[in-house]
Order: sequence, then C-alpha cells, then structure tokens
Amino acid sequence: MIKFENVTKKYGDLTVVDNLTLEVDKGNLVALIGASGCGKTTTLKMVNRIIEPTSGNIFVNEENILRQDPVQLRRGIGYVIQQIGLFPNMTIAENITVVGKLLSWNKAHSRERAEELLHMVEMDPALYMNRYPNELSGGQQQRIGVLRALATDPEIILMDEPFGALDPITREQLQNEFINLQTRLHKTILFVTHDMDEAIKMADSIVLMRDGKIVQAAAAEEMLRNPADDYVASFIGMDRRLRSPDEVLVEEIMIPDPVTIESSRGLAEAQERMRKRRVDSLMVVDQNGVLVGIITIKDIQRNMAKGSRISDIVNSAPTFVLEGASVREAVYAMSQEGIGYLPVVDDKQRLKGLITRSSLVSVLSDVLWNSPDNGVENPEKEAVEGESR
Amino acid sequence: MTVSLPFGLAVLTGKSIFIQVYDVIANNPQGFLTALGEHVFFLVFIPVMLAILIAVPLGVLATRKPFLERIFLGFVNILQTIPSLALFVLLIVIGFGIGTRPAIIALFLYSLLPILRNTVVGIKGVDPFLKEAALGMGMTGWQRLRMVELPLAFRVIMGGIRTSAVICIGTGTIAAYIGAGGLGQYIVRGLAFYSNGLLLAGAIPATLLALLTDFLLGRFERTVTPRGLRVEAAKNRSKS
Ligand SMILES: Nc1ncnc2c1ncn2[C@@H]1O[C@H](COP(=O)(O)OP(=O)(O)O)[C@@H](O)[C@H]1O
Ligand SMILES: [Mg+2]
Repeated sequence: MIKFENVTKKYGDLTVVDNLTLEVDKGNLVALIGASGCGKTTTLKMVNRIIEPTSGNIFVNEENILRQDPVQLRRGIGYVIQQIGLFPNMTIAENITVVGKLLSWNKAHSRERAEELLHMVEMDPALYMNRYPNELSGGQQQRIGVLRALATDPEIILMDEPFGALDPITREQLQNEFINLQTRLHKTILFVTHDMDEAIKMADSIVLMRDGKIVQAAAAEEMLRNPADDYVASFIGMDRRLRSPDEVLVEEIMIPDPVTIESSRGLAEAQERMRKRRVDSLMVVDQNGVLVGIITIKDIQRNMAKGSRISDIVNSAPTFVLEGASVREAVYAMSQEGIGYLPVVDDKQRLKGLITRSSLVSVLSDVLWNSPDNGVENPEKEAVEGESR
Repeated sequence: MTVSLPFGLAVLTGKSIFIQVYDVIANNPQGFLTALGEHVFFLVFIPVMLAILIAVPLGVLATRKPFLERIFLGFVNILQTIPSLALFVLLIVIGFGIGTRPAIIALFLYSLLPILRNTVVGIKGVDPFLKEAALGMGMTGWQRLRMVELPLAFRVIMGGIRTSAVICIGTGTIAAYIGAGGLGQYIVRGLAFYSNGLLLAGAIPATLLALLTDFLLGRFERTVTPRGLRVEAAKNRSKS
C-alpha cells in the first residue's frame, strides 16, 4: 500500500533518511519509532510530499507519488499531527469536513458526515458541531483531529505522534478508542511515536530507526523476543523483553532484604519482630548472614513452652536457591517441596532475598504476557519487606 | 503613529471658545456638513480603501517571497518619513495638480505602511503547524490563504486599517492647504485669521472623528471575528 524504495533525504551534507526501504501492507498499522531526530517525521512527511525525497521512490497504491499532483495526493491521505492543528476560525463541523470542502461536498453531506463521525467517538453532535476548537479540551481536540483525517474515508492515514502531547490518562483513552476504530476501519496507517509502550500497543509491526536507517522492522512480539542488536535491546528496555522462565534469573525477581532474625535470639523476640513487621515467617541467619532456616509463627506457637532459642527449633536443612538460578529452577523447587517461600542465597549461602509464590505469579505474567506497565507489584511485598527499610 | 492635529496652535481662552466654535458651525451648518463629508469620503474612505486593495495583496506576496518583503517594506517606510506638506507639494510638482487628487494619492501612500506591515506580521504570525495542517489537508496556496491565513490574520490587518484611517483623518486636515477641502479648511482659515473659533471648528470635529472611527472599526472587527478566535483572544487576555 505504501512502499519506500531506497529513499534518501539530505539537508546539505546531513543525511536525515538514509536509503530507506520499507513497505506498509494494506490494513496494517506500522509504527515508526526511534530516538528524537532519527528521521521519523521526515520519513512520514515524504509520503504526502510535505517533504520531497532527495533520491529514491515512494509508491502509494502502486503509483509513484513523485509523479502525482501533491495537492490531489494529500486530499487522499489522512494526516494527524501532534500539535493537532485544528483551524481555530472554523467550527468543529467545519474542521472535520475541511477536506470535503476542498472536494466541493455539498453542505448537507458535510453535516451528515460530521455527525456520523462525532457519533463514532461518542461526542454528541448537537453539543459539539458548532463549537470552536478552543472550547474543547486537548483530548477532545485530538479526537476531532483524528476524525478530520477520517472524514473522506482515505485508505491511508499518516499520524505523527498524535497522542504525544496529551496527559497520560487521556492518551490511554485515545489510544484505546483509536484501536477500536482501527479494528473496524482497517486503514493503512503509518504512525510515528517515540513511546515503545504505544508502539507495542498499537502497531501490527514496529520499525525502529536510528540515524535515518532502519535497525529492525518486525512485529512487536518478534522484536521483544529477538532484538536485532544491542541498540534495539536497549531501546526496548530490559524489563520489557519477552523472555522464557529459563532466561529470567531469580535475582531479578526476588524481594531483596527479607525480614531476618539471628538464630541465637529468643522465641519471644522472634514473635515480637513478626508482629511489628507484620510477617508470619522470618529468615533465620547466623551472625555472618548465612541462611540457617526459616521460622514461622506456627513453629513459635507450637514450641513456645519447649525451648527459648530459635536455634533449638529451626529446621537445619532449609530449601534454598542460588541467586544466579533461573526462575524455572525456583518454580521447580517450590513445587517439589510444596513450599510458598524460597530463600535466595549467594555461593556462600548468605541470604540475599526471598521468592514467594505471588511474586512469581506477578513477575512471570509480566514477562510472559508482556504487560510491562504493571511492573512488579507484589501483594506480599509488605509482609516480607526488608529489615533495612 | 501620532495624530498630527495642529492642536497646540490653538490658544484656549476659557468657555467662550466653545461658544465661538458653536457659532462657526451653526452659522453655516451646510458648509460644515459638506466639509465633514468631504473629509470622511475623499480624505479617509477613498485613500484607505485604495491602500487596502494594494497593500493586502502586496503584503501576502511579501510573505511568499522574502526578498519582496524587504523591498516593499523598505519602500513604504521611506514614504512614511516624507513630511506630509512636502509630499503634497511634491505630488503637485510632478504633475498631479492641486485639489483632491494629489491629496488622495498622498493619503493613500501614507496608508500603505500600516496595512502592509500588519498584513505581513499577521500572516507570518499564523501558527506554522496550522500552515502545515492546511498543506497536509491538500489546500492549494490560494485556499490556505483564504480559508486559514487571512481569517487568522484578520485582526492584525484590521489593526493596520484602523491606524491608517486615523492617520488619514489627521493628515487630511493639512490637505486643505492644497485645496482638497475637508475639515482642514477651518483650521487653515482659523490660522490665517487668528480665529480660535474657526480653528477649533476644524480641529475638534477632526479629533472626535478620529476617535469615533477607531471605535467603530474596533466594533466592526469584533463582530466579524469568528467566535473561535474571540474566545482565544479572551483567554489570552485573562492569562497575561
Ligand atoms: N528543514 C531541515 N533542515 C535541516 N535539517 C533538518 C530539517 N528538518 C529536519 N532536520 C533534521 O533532520 C533530522 C531528523 O528530523 P525528524 O525527521 O524531524 O526527526 P524525528 O521526527 O525522528 O524526531 C534531525 O536531526 C533534524 O534536525
Ligand atoms: Mg518528529
């Protein structure tokens, strides 16, 4: 649908887009992503000839756009910019159908189309048709910006960081709305963003650019699984990469500094510490920080009468896992032993952290199901949070 | 731009001066109305209209070609520095004769600068992203001008027109020296006869006319400005 063939753009000696070849298939949303100044906007604007390439060819619908009348070309391509760019002297209805006006639509048709489009984003036409852009919030304005691009039902839409200037909540809303629209409309969309989360969320495939060149072009999942090189990996960010439980290390997901107690202490003190820290188990360590065992509230209650020291009752062969082990090993150990807690130690068996079932669940679902925004939220974090904090 | 009414020449001698002015006008109301009509039509309306017809297109052209901007603005700036009486005389000397014609031409030339400058400033002041949006929507240069740039520059251009009108009202009084009629006739005669009553019968109405014109043009500007731009102006005002 859109095809770049060896497209280069130079400003004097500065090469901004460097021999770029890229194809956007019909009905796909392709996100151009990369650091600021890498040539995303320039690439986008060459499609509607706001910028002319220095060399190479661009095809839209198999036709070389450089041989087309730019004005006609642009009327057939939707265009949404970050700065929104609604015309302040025109009403919302006039703004939405401005391209229709250029194409000499009659008034009745324009009104109908504006109403229809406003309904699509659940804005009441009766309320908004005759308002002016500055009477709308930023989010509403960009909804209109998107509707303006859709008004003549073009096959292709160019969007340059369309949601970049909105606050995070509004951005999220508009992204979701737009995804809904796109599943209905199947437009062919070239979408510039510098936000990887947005790209992952919106795009059928992601094109990562650097210094005017494509570093990797792939579906989100493929890029997350197999970043082409270190630059891609670092751009994606470690926490967002899709990795199997074999690749994720225990130390990455453990709760550091769990609540501990020295084995020479008394049971009453252990009980008091549990109460104060609101946990129901303690990691027992010796004076060198070496893991001795685990003691639970039940152990204490059962043995309160018998002995007075932790060392008397603690089980001396605790299950643990090394900090360099994989999450798969940790899961295996926990299910084998039927335990909910797994201490993490270094090679000298010094206590480093703690893995709990719920920390595993939330971390693994992030890693496996790719919801990086959720972060490592652990409901039990409170209960076992470190002594040092 | 200051309004050059020969105010300071009038020696105000108390209340009686207003009675003298009243007498002058009441004595020949028909003559006064004719002078006022001439002033408004020949010395303000015609020159300003001509200036709009010429300066707005030239201003638009100047925003399209930067080298033209320098040439046009340089030219009208020089015009503005020529003292008015000198310009009148110059026009007579180069063959425009005396009377209304050279006056209209001189006032037209003075009106060019404010309108041309404000047209350039107004259009250049349009948000570049709006120009880009207009381009991206597939507007031709002409459509962009008509649908976006001129509407958005309208208030600034109107500001230039108001300034020009006020300049014409003031400078127009001097045109009476070359026989162009208007309210300046009272001033010329008043100076010749040392009559404050006569002098002020020209100066006071000219001043009031200037104030009234500026006010009415301001009202006009506000009524024809689309609501979207008015609200913006209101918001900007409350912000600053
Ligand atoms: N008109 C221009 N003249 C010179 N350099 C430009 C021009 N437009 C853009 N550039 C440069 O081209 C590079 C890419 O710009 P752009 O495509 O806007 O980047 P992005 O959208 O990826 O942030 C930048 O380094 C920018 O400074
Ligand atoms: Mg950009």
